[in-house]
Amino acid sequence: MEKEGKMVTIYVMGKKHRVPAGLTIMKAMEYAGYQLRRGVGCRGGFCGACATLYRVKGSYKLQAALACQKVVEDGMYIVQIPFTPAEKKLYDIEKIRPTPNVFVEHFPEITRCLSCNTCTKACPQDLMVMDYVQAALRGDIEKVVEFSFDCIACGLCAIRCPAEIVPYQVAQLARRLYSKYILGFSEEVEKRVAEVEEGKFDEELEQLRRLPPEELRKRYESREIRV
Amino acid sequence: MEEYPGYPEEMWDSLRMVEETRDERIGKTYPRMSEEERERILREWHPDYKEGAKRPLRIGPNKGMMVPHEVADILEAHPLITPDMIDLSEIDYDVDVLIIGAGGAGLSAALIASEHIDKEGILLVQKLRLGDSNSKMSQGGIQAALGLDDNPVLHFLDIMGGGHFANNPELVEILVKEAPDVIKWHQSLGVLYDRNPDGSIKLSPGGGTCRRRMLSCKDYTGLEITRVLLDEFLNREIPYLEFTCAVELLTDESGQVVGSVLYDLDSDEYLIARAKSTILATGGYGRLHIQGFETTNHYGATGDGIVLAYHVGAELRDLDATQYHPTGAAWPEQIVGQLCTEKLRGRGAQPVNRLGELFVNPLEPRDVEAAAIIKECYGRELGVTTPTGMRGVWLDTPLIDIINGEGTIEREFAAMYRTFKRFDIDIRKEPILVFPTLHYQNGGVIINARCETTVPGLYAAGEVSGGVHGKNRLMGNSQLELYVFGRRAGRFAAERAKRVNDGKPTLKHVERYERWLREAGIETDRRAPILLPEYRGKKTLEHHIRLL
Repeated sequence: MEKEGKMVTIYVMGKKHRVPAGLTIMKAMEYAGYQLRRGVGCRGGFCGACATLYRVKGSYKLQAALACQKVVEDGMYIVQIPFTPAEKKLYDIEKIRPTPNVFVEHFPEITRCLSCNTCTKACPQDLMVMDYVQAALRGDIEKVVEFSFDCIACGLCAIRCPAEIVPYQVAQLARRLYSKYILGFSEEVEKRVAEVEEGKFDEELEQLRRLPPEELRKRYESREIRV
Repeated sequence: MEEYPGYPEEMWDSLRMVEETRDERIGKTYPRMSEEERERILREWHPDYKEGAKRPLRIGPNKGMMVPHEVADILEAHPLITPDMIDLSEIDYDVDVLIIGAGGAGLSAALIASEHIDKEGILLVQKLRLGDSNSKMSQGGIQAALGLDDNPVLHFLDIMGGGHFANNPELVEILVKEAPDVIKWHQSLGVLYDRNPDGSIKLSPGGGTCRRRMLSCKDYTGLEITRVLLDEFLNREIPYLEFTCAVELLTDESGQVVGSVLYDLDSDEYLIARAKSTILATGGYGRLHIQGFETTNHYGATGDGIVLAYHVGAELRDLDATQYHPTGAAWPEQIVGQLCTEKLRGRGAQPVNRLGELFVNPLEPRDVEAAAIIKECYGRELGVTTPTGMRGVWLDTPLIDIINGEGTIEREFAAMYRTFKRFDIDIRKEPILVFPTLHYQNGGVIINARCETTVPGLYAAGEVSGGVHGKNRLMGNSQLELYVFGRRAGRFAAERAKRVNDGKPTLKHVERYERWLREAGIETDRRAPILLPEYRGKKTLEHHIRLL
C-alpha cells in the first residue's frame, strides 16, 4: 500500500485524472467522479462485470484486469469492456450428450485456435484458457472442467482471441454436461427426496412447529452436535 | 527478503506470534458459549443492539417498527416518481408474470414459470447485468440435510435456534423439506457440487449447524449455481431486459399490484410493464452501509424491493435484525469488507487475537461470532490495528492445509487464495485479518408459503422477503432459500396469472404514500428506491465504520 497522500495520474478513456495511489481502478474511477452503471457488479471479483483493458505509459503491452481487483498504476490508460458481443449458442441439456465431438459441433470456431495463448494471458483469474480450448478440441471434457471451473465469464479471453473463439461458453457447456451425464445424480439426494415425498419427517416437523417456544428452545439446546 | 510482503511492518510482531502459537493450537477448540453467554455478548457487542442505531417507522403498515436509521431513511422518503410524470395510457410490456431481479430467486422463478405458462408471457427485468446479484457472490455453500445422521428435522431445529425462534415455522418447514429436491433440480441442470472420492456429495460443517450439511462448489458456490441457471434461462429464450430498474409498482383500483414502472438506465426513459402477477426478487440492502459498516454485497443491493413493497402497503418484518458476517477482510485496504467465507472456519481456520490466542469457538452462529470478534477488538483491545485505523483479528488459515493436507486451500478455496494473492498475501502460509462486515438483510417483505405478500398480485422470494431466517440467518440457508422460494414464486405467480384478468394500472398508492408522509409531518428531500449507491469523489475514501 502506498503512503497516504500520494497521488497518481490515470487516463480514463483518455481523460486525465489525479487519484490517490492504492485505489482499485473501480474506486479510482469513482473518486474521479464516475457513477458507474455498466462495468460494475459485485465489486469482489466474482461476477466479471468490470472487465478492463489498460496500457501503462511507456509500455506497448495491452493488459487485462478486473477493475474491482486491480490497483491503479501511475500513467495507466484505462477502458472498461462491460460487454462482449458473443452469440449465445442454444442447446437443450436434456437432448445433448458429452460426446467427443460435442464441442466442435456447437462451437466449430474452436478449430481455428492458433495456440497463441493470448486468452490465457488475458485471463484475470489466471486460468489456463488456451489449454482448455485445446482440451475441448480433443473432446477431453474433464480437463475443460478442471481448467475452467473458476471462470467468471468476464469476456476478456473472447475479446482478445484472434480466432474469435468465445472460450467461456465452451466451458459452460462442458461443466453442465460433466455434472449431469458423467458424475450424474447422487444416490443420497434421490433417497432423501423420496423420504420427504413419503412424508417420513412430516409428523415430527409438525410436532416441532406446534411446540411452545420454551419447549422448542429446550429441544434446540439439547440437540446433539456431531460435526 | 521481506517476511510478510503483503502486510505493513507494524503487523509483523503479531504475525510472528500467530505463527509461534500455531502448533500448540492444533486440535484445540475454544468451547461453545451457553445460551446465556450468547445472549449477553449479543446485548453488549452486536451492532443490532447498539443504542441510537434505530428508530421507529413513522408511516405505513409497520408504523412503530424499529429499523436501522438507514432503512427508515429509504422508507420515509418520497417515491422517485410522481403520477404526473408517467403516461399510463401506453403500455410497453403486457405480460402474465413480471419478475424483478435476476439473481438466484429471479432466475429460478423464471425457469419454473416457463414450465407453467407460455414463456412469451414472462418478462424478467434486471437493474444491472443479467445474473448480477449477491446470489452469485456466495462462496461457502448451500444447506441440505443429506447426511445419514442428518435429517430435515435437525435442519429445522438449527434454523429456528439460529434465528432466535423468531422465524415463521411454516416457511422453515418448507425450506428444509424442499432442500433435497432443490439439489436434485440443480444436478439435473448440471450444477457441479463437490464430491467425495466415492462419488457422494461432500458435506461440511457451518456455524450453528449440528451436522455436516453444507454442500459447496469449491468457494464459488453461488457463481456455479447461478451461471448454470442463467445458461438454462438463456437456452429457453425467456424474455428479459437488462439495465432496467423497477422504480415503482403499479396498482389497480382495488389496490392489487398489476405491474411496474420501469426505468431504462441507458436511455433514462420510463417504461410501463403491466402484469397479472409481479415477483419481487430484488435482494437485500447491504449497500445502505447500516451503521457505516463496510459490506460484502453487490453494487445493486440498495434495498429497492422493500421500498417498492412498502409503497403499495405490503407488510414487512424483522428489519430490526441485520446480519454482520463475522469475517470480512480488514486488510488489505483495497478489499476491506469483502467476504472471507465461513467455510474457512468450517475447514479448520481459527480466529485468534493479536497475541495468537483463541477467544471464540470458530462455529458459533453468525451474530454471536461477529459480536465476539468486535468485543476482542474494542472491548478487550486485543485486535490488530491497520495503518488506516481499521481493527481486526487474525483468521489462521494455514491450519486448513495442516489439518486437511497440503493443497486443500488451493483446491477448495481458489477464490480466497486468488483474492489475497493479488495483494501478496499467501493464505496457505499467512493468516488473514478480518472484522465483521454487513452481509445480509435478515428480515424483509412478509410472505406466505405461496410467496404471496400481504398485497394481492405481489410475490416475493429470496433476500427481499422475511420470515425464513427470523433474526439471524445461518450460513448456506440463503442460497437454499433462493431456489426453494424462487421456484415457488414462479409456480404460484404463473398459476395466479391464469385465473385473474388484466387490471387497470394506476399510481394511486403513490399519492397515498405522499399523503402518509405529509400527515406524519415528514419533510425530506430523500427519494427512494435509490437504485445506485453514491461513491463519487471523496466518498470513495470514506471510512464508514462508526462503531463506538
